[in-house]
Amino acid sequence: MLPKAATPSVKPRPAAGFRPIGFSLLYAVLILVAALQLLPLVWLFFFSLKNNQEVFNLPPLSLPVQFRWENYQKVWEAGNINVYFFNSVWITLAATALTIMLGGLATFAITRMKWRLSSFVLGLFMVAIMIPVHSTLIQLFSMFNKAGLTDHPLSLILSYVAFNLPITIMIMLGFYYALPKEVEEAAIMDGCSIHRLFFQIVLPMTSSVIATTAIINMIYNWNEFIFVNTFISSDSLKTLTVGVQNFVGQYTTDWGSIGATLVISILPILVMFLFLSNQIMEGITAGSVKG
Amino acid sequence: MDKVMSNKGIIALYVLPALLVVLTIIYIPIALTAYYGLNKWNGIGQPSFIGLDNYTKLLGDAAFWGSAWHSLLLAVFSTLSLLLYLAVAMVLASKIRGANLFRKIYLIPMLLSSIAIAQLWLRMYHPTNGIVNTLLETLGFSDPPAWLSEPKLVLFALFVPILWQYAGFYILIYYAAIKNIPAQMEEAAKIDGASSLQIAWKIKLPLIMEVVKVTVVLAVVGSLKYFDLIYVMTDGGPFGSSEVMASYMYKIAFRTFDFGYGSAISFFLLIICLAATWVIRRFTATKDPIEYS
Repeated sequence: MLPKAATPSVKPRPAAGFRPIGFSLLYAVLILVAALQLLPLVWLFFFSLKNNQEVFNLPPLSLPVQFRWENYQKVWEAGNINVYFFNSVWITLAATALTIMLGGLATFAITRMKWRLSSFVLGLFMVAIMIPVHSTLIQLFSMFNKAGLTDHPLSLILSYVAFNLPITIMIMLGFYYALPKEVEEAAIMDGCSIHRLFFQIVLPMTSSVIATTAIINMIYNWNEFIFVNTFISSDSLKTLTVGVQNFVGQYTTDWGSIGATLVISILPILVMFLFLSNQIMEGITAGSVKG
Repeated sequence: MDKVMSNKGIIALYVLPALLVVLTIIYIPIALTAYYGLNKWNGIGQPSFIGLDNYTKLLGDAAFWGSAWHSLLLAVFSTLSLLLYLAVAMVLASKIRGANLFRKIYLIPMLLSSIAIAQLWLRMYHPTNGIVNTLLETLGFSDPPAWLSEPKLVLFALFVPILWQYAGFYILIYYAAIKNIPAQMEEAAKIDGASSLQIAWKIKLPLIMEVVKVTVVLAVVGSLKYFDLIYVMTDGGPFGSSEVMASYMYKIAFRTFDFGYGSAISFFLLIICLAATWVIRRFTATKDPIEYS
């Protein structure tokens, strides 16, 4: 996707540099866009710390009179949010770990080992990127139903792994192709088994791409909604997205509680972004083919 | 060496787990969707083969075509908004101080779950206490509409948070692409006296055209299969005025339990998405390298 090299020859024109007025106008536009992106979230954070009376009577962007952290305490326990939260955490982590493991193994075999069907198998993974989740949903539901896996965390983990594997493999490919051949030659000469080569040499060498793919896997899994909404019916197995959806549906009038719930559900991702923004941006750019 | 690296047993051990998961969870359901689309089936009893009846029904289903029209409108708006993102990315990439911070701020909504965003925007559009109407009232508009319950407005009101969510994503992609352009290009043009606008339009844009094409495909296909915010915020209502194809499919399958017809819509959705990808690729294919005269 590298741009084609070309030698442009634009007709000479009188020099036109940055005019200060135009420049500050551009800056104002950038700041306006940033404000539009942030304002809803700021507003959300503010009303999560207010009670209804304050939400209705004070100007929308006014600071809470008194920070009502009890909203958070209340929903964490009474709203089952703690259960949803921990379900989200372990399902996200399990699916991510499994995806990275399976993806790494498959990418290694596809890029470094010699076999006839490797490009065909790679093609299967790449075509899967284009398949919309919704087109598989009905049959997945009925398959899981027959296998007794509806309302079971395995239905989620399997679906997350399957739908994230293709993009994970795609991002890993470049890194695996770039591994120097000498490394594996030397290892094999020394009598190192393929398993040791993969686990003790290749995995550490590709740790940066593992981090990138792990991060975007975590974001996708944490935010996933439609599979949980379709496959899971017990409250004790729901993750945050669906849990939030149900909770908010029940307490439509209590703005503070709703706000607190929403903030809890987005906070882990925001904190992660605060510390890992560069890796996240890299991962999102690399995985941009996923819709 | 070669013998070790072509050990069939190990290759199978490494590839099969990933391959089996993808085949079972993605490919088999797609094949079954194609098959069950030709059946009358409520999801529980025995399916009975009815040929193309579901597709005949689909052709005459006004509710479906209404939802398809809404999906198409979303695709058009998403694609047009790309121009805006491209402009912002151009500005950001022109050695602006703080570009990195801006980029990060823009990206935040895209990282959040669609459910949180949907619930937040439901509150934002709240007729009396939402920030949208309170701001409008402050600005002097008396009696602003209840955005999500007006059949004429609701679809466009829903487009706003959808575009809001993805803006940072496209800006990020364009920014990365522009930054990839070798600096000599811009310097050469500057020496020749080109203005910033000319450089952006005549040099940078053609050079990132491949990336632009990819984003058009992403925006169109992403819109055609769009589901999340609409499902949560309006569930297609009022009276189907914000229904899109995926939400209509979901309703048919999981509310009326018409799995046969639902499968037909699912399969049709898949075909539309693949066809859209193909058509956009086909019609934007560059036969000749870019020429500058």
